[in-house]
Amino acid sequence: MAEAQKERLTDIGPPHYQKFLPPVIKDNYGKWDYHEILKPGVMVHVAEGGDKIFTVRAASPRLVSIDKIRKYADLADKYCDGYLRFTSRNNVEFLLTDESKVDPLVKDLEELGHPVGGLGNAISNIVHTQGWVHCHSAATDASGIVKCVMDELSEYFTSMKLPGKLRIALACCLNMCGAVHCSDIAILGIHRRPPKVFDDILPKQCEIPSVVASCPTAAIRPASKDGKKTVEVIEENCMFCANCYTVCPAMPLNDPLNDGVSIWVGGKVSNARHEPMFSKLAIPFIPNNPPRWPEVVDAVKNLVELWAKNARKYERMGEWIERIGWPKFFKMAGIEFEKEHIDDFKFAGLTYKRSTHITY
Amino acid sequence: MADQLPNTPMLDELEKGKWPSFVKEIKTAAASNDMSKDLLGILEKSYSEKIGHWKHGGIVGVLGYGGGVIGRYCDVPKEFPGVSHFHTMRVNMPAAWFYTSDALRTIADIWEKHGSGLTNMHGSTGDIILLGTTTDELEPTFQELAQEGFDIGGSGSDLRTPSCCNGMARCEWACYDTMKACYDLTMHFQDELHRPAFPYKYKFKFAGCPNDCVASIARADMSFIGVWRDEIQIDQEKVKEHIDKGVDIVNDVILRCPGQCMKWDGKKLEIEDEYCRHCMHCINVLNKGLKPGKDRGCMILIGSKAPIVEGAQLSSVLVPFMKMEEPYDELKDLVERIWDIWCEEGKARERVGEFIQRVGLGNFLEAIEVEPLPEMIAHPRENPYVFYEEYYEEGDDDDEEEEEE
Ligand code: HEM
Ligand code: HEM
Ligand code: HEM
Ligand code: HEM
Ligand code: SF4
Ligand code: SF4
Ligand code: SF4
Ligand code: SF4
Repeated sequence: MAEAQKERLTDIGPPHYQKFLPPVIKDNYGKWDYHEILKPGVMVHVAEGGDKIFTVRAASPRLVSIDKIRKYADLADKYCDGYLRFTSRNNVEFLLTDESKVDPLVKDLEELGHPVGGLGNAISNIVHTQGWVHCHSAATDASGIVKCVMDELSEYFTSMKLPGKLRIALACCLNMCGAVHCSDIAILGIHRRPPKVFDDILPKQCEIPSVVASCPTAAIRPASKDGKKTVEVIEENCMFCANCYTVCPAMPLNDPLNDGVSIWVGGKVSNARHEPMFSKLAIPFIPNNPPRWPEVVDAVKNLVELWAKNARKYERMGEWIERIGWPKFFKMAGIEFEKEHIDDFKFAGLTYKRSTHITY
Repeated sequence: MADQLPNTPMLDELEKGKWPSFVKEIKTAAASNDMSKDLLGILEKSYSEKIGHWKHGGIVGVLGYGGGVIGRYCDVPKEFPGVSHFHTMRVNMPAAWFYTSDALRTIADIWEKHGSGLTNMHGSTGDIILLGTTTDELEPTFQELAQEGFDIGGSGSDLRTPSCCNGMARCEWACYDTMKACYDLTMHFQDELHRPAFPYKYKFKFAGCPNDCVASIARADMSFIGVWRDEIQIDQEKVKEHIDKGVDIVNDVILRCPGQCMKWDGKKLEIEDEYCRHCMHCINVLNKGLKPGKDRGCMILIGSKAPIVEGAQLSSVLVPFMKMEEPYDELKDLVERIWDIWCEEGKARERVGEFIQRVGLGNFLEAIEVEPLPEMIAHPRENPYVFYEEYYEEGDDDDEEEEEE
């Protein structure tokens, strides 16, 4: 075998990005003057010397087959001398120098089922995680909910009619492999039943002191059952974080009856105007309802449209809520305020209202 | 080879609708790949039972590396033998995810030969995620990728694959060369990336300006965010053009400025740069008329992490301004000092942000030899219980200190 004779390579690092930059970018690296959004999903960057690069941004399900990757490559060859990139929110961007090729490319992408958009005051792709496709920890599926929510919201991807940007993210458990905690709307899978302790396998698979130490609320203590060393969970102290399960496979929290989804709002990452903010709890629990999670889709859509209708220009979800106050938000959103909305972990007191600044 | 696809009434519902469908992607792969076919089957089972079917972890990898591969086994191997082993490989993407069509085809060809034919473009840390293969295929996949110039990325308690925004390649606001810095540091710290030796994971993310398009402030142990420290460049003519085209400068710009440092007298835009907070809003809106200043560099923030406590999970300022020039020695030196103390004193599974919370930012700064600065805090302490480390005794000689100098 030819390959076997080649020297084994390690520590070579990623390929140098210079190999992948189109000539117009190499020529104008660091010399861009301004950009303009020409229409949904299409923008032009103009260099100081007048060179232009056109970007066409298209949606992607992120989980893509090699067949689709080859189709992206074919489109890049057909329209952009083979140059393309992906974005931090998993969209795909084609980089063109010939403006007349923009419309035909957009058409081809739409025929391929990949809407063009996500620029400017729009909803971009949903950053998300693995879910039932690939992870043991998942309290819900990731790709499925994303698909259903975006099916419903795609008009906000392919247009720019919103007051500002809106970022949605989804994580299928509290490990939060996607950075959901700073999103305008975060969809977060949650467990609601304490771990089941499999006493038979626990001593074989897990180190008891590290399991005990893993629990942030000290809800786990060593125990012995039928002479075997194991652990027990003080159920009322458990907050379902699954830290124990991460270190010990014999303590799963997954449970079809109790797993589901929570919805958080008002986070942002960008420093524009307001400082970055965390998302805050809006809806504590919605049961899993595959394959299309209609309750989750409705809840998200309701929040998007409420914000779109009421926010001032450029105001992100969190900025809007900060202006009107949480009581108004709950009232306008038609969400019942419950005990779960009030923080009860360390430093919870900082989240209580500590002034008379309340609207009626 | 795969003959017939399994019956998947629930997943079929997810082929409908306007958004591109991941189920179609899995089906496309399944048409010629038994692993993907069984993935379809096991996923349908999860949909009908509302529970996942993956077992917890398992250590697999390639020779000489400790990271980059995630072991995955399903809990119903008899029913779905194709995914009884379904390991994931993380492949370090090129900076800012630029590719040529040939590079993409190379990856597709290798993955057709050795795996499920399914990928994530990309993972949330940024890697190319090759989803699903068996242990035997890992080494050949790795070596074929390496011959084509690709290496695998980080996982476990190591430096995770660094990522960056497209910066100077296609953005007029980049205050330093994010792609160059990302590539340079990735190459410099290859050993830390491939061989987990930290208390826990450590991430770098490079954003060219405070818009932070890679979410570095929320997702990286060390966030490098481009900033300027002189005056915003103003082209008054072009500002007027924006206004002529309908920008409501008072309501949409001046009143939205968090520094309240802008003035518009009907003809001229003035900015009191001393009070500018570098939020980017005015530049975003008046993008032809305004540009970041010329004295550019980056702000370094540390520690996104620490569950639950409001405010604590975002990175906080460590270095208000640093010039970003090759070979980045000052930066690398700082990183090494941080890793030294964290590796020495950090507990297992303690992110650097949590470590700082535990020992206190003040003590941490002392350990890494960085002076405390007011830029690092939202406000000084409200709590009067101060841990002073020294006190005077009666008879202490005031002159002693002077002598030491
Ligand atoms: C809105 C509330 C929450 C936010 C904003 C939040 C945010 C975060 C963030 C930013 C991380 C670090 C991710 C990383 O490693 O990069 C994290 C990790 C984690 N969070 Fe949360 N979290 C929240 C609630 C919770 C809750 C309620 C629990 C469990 C009760 C939890 C358990 C964990 C665990 C176990 C980790 C991983 C810890 C580790 O890295 O060892 N989180 N969270
Ligand atoms: C076996 C189960 C898991 C799977 C399949 C999984 C999958 C992934 C994948 C594919 C990525 C993107 C990686 C990349 O681009 O390099 C990722 C990132 C991440 N994972 Fe996991 N993960 C798992 C378990 C965990 C656990 C237990 C934690 C926390 C304790 C965790 C926290 C994270 C975080 C914080 C990120 C990075 C997010 C970011 O960059 O903003 N994951 N995970
Ligand atoms: C020249 C102007 C800009 C360029 C070239 C640029 C580029 C990008 C790109 C390529 C992405 C990935 C987007 C996607 O897939 O949808 C992105 C994401 C993002 N951008 Fe920008 N952007 C620009 C301006 C802005 C502005 C004006 C803001 C804020 C007001 C902003 C905030 C963000 C945020 C928060 C993300 C999401 C990051 C994440 O969660 O991964 N960007 N940007
Ligand atoms: C930043 C630190 C603190 C400041 C600036 C501060 C300031 C004050 C001020 C201005 C008053 C009102 C005095 C007056 O009636 O004229 C006061 C009252 C008081 N402070 Fe503090 N204080 C601080 C910390 C503390 C701490 C740590 C404690 C106890 C643990 C404390 C206990 C009290 C009590 C018991 C009163 C009387 C309250 C009352 O009249 O009901 N203070 N403090
Ligand atoms: S968020 Fe949780 S369930 Fe989802 S992929 Fe990450 S660790 Fe797994
Ligand atoms: S799920 Fe979290 S709180 Fe509950 S026992 Fe496990 S570690 Fe403790
Ligand atoms: S972070 Fe700033 S420099 Fe980088 S792409 Fe976004 S707007 Fe441009
Ligand atoms: S960058 Fe932000 S703070 Fe600075 S002048 Fe512009 S709007 Fe004001």
